[in-house]
Amino acid sequence: MLLIHCPYCQEERPELEFRNAGEAHVERPRNIAEISDDEFEKFFFIRTNPKGVAYERWRHIHGCGRFFNAVRDTVSDKFVTTYKAGEPRVDVARDADGIVRTKGAAQ
Amino acid sequence: MAKSAQATRNEPLAGRISGSAGVALTPAKPATRISLRADPAKAKALSKALGVDLPLSPKTSANNGKGLWALWLGPDEWLIIDESGGGDPLTALAKTKVLHSAVDVSHRNTAILVSGKGARATLEGGCPQNLSDRVFPVGAATRTVLGKIEVVILRTGDTDYRVEFWRSFSDYAFGFLSETAKDCLA
Repeated sequence: MLLIHCPYCQEERPELEFRNAGEAHVERPRNIAEISDDEFEKFFFIRTNPKGVAYERWRHIHGCGRFFNAVRDTVSDKFVTTYKAGEPRVDVARDADGIVRTKGAAQ
Repeated sequence: MAKSAQATRNEPLAGRISGSAGVALTPAKPATRISLRADPAKAKALSKALGVDLPLSPKTSANNGKGLWALWLGPDEWLIIDESGGGDPLTALAKTKVLHSAVDVSHRNTAILVSGKGARATLEGGCPQNLSDRVFPVGAATRTVLGKIEVVILRTGDTDYRVEFWRSFSDYAFGFLSETAKDCLA
């Protein structure tokens, strides 16, 4: 069982209380009525699906109910960090030992 | 005037009783329950109206000693449980000038009281969360899962827990807890 740190409950909770909610930091165009179909398709359907570091939204659905952002390594399935919704992207890097850590975090 | 039939309200788990050595499962008595959503910055005025201080930190609860509980469920969400029978928290909240949403969920929820020295082990039979004394002391409250259903667990005493869930899940919850009570070997 994975433990996921909920930034609103401020502690690690069992994975069963959470639900994945797709890619994070997808911004809805402010001029949605004017954009072309191609641009709309890019925003609405196209996702990055990376191998490695993925920025995702998760929801603590059986806990506080809040959406938040998480950085997960899709290869090792390890959560690098989680942070509140609306906060800017957290920079991470893969260290020499192959483990992804937030930049500036002590090894 | 013809006499109209009077329907009596039955609790979903009325008359059920279960447990095992060291654990007792008792359906909780009827209570008024409110799902309250509001900006935590405005909690003070709402607390005053309710007569209980809305807790502001995760996994905590507060009570007024007379059967009125306020459970923190999320940053802007509380579950109010009033077992005193005489109170009307919904009306009290309506009198405040603060923007909030209060929904009466008295008959959506029902509860089981799990008590005895095997109570924690009984809950741990289906709850993935850490319920140890260090992180789940008396007064702690959390929304979590039990088996396949969502529940709210409130620790009311050293070996006493209140498990709240939707009434349509009551058969499942009661059966599940009865089974895990057998395994807990208090």
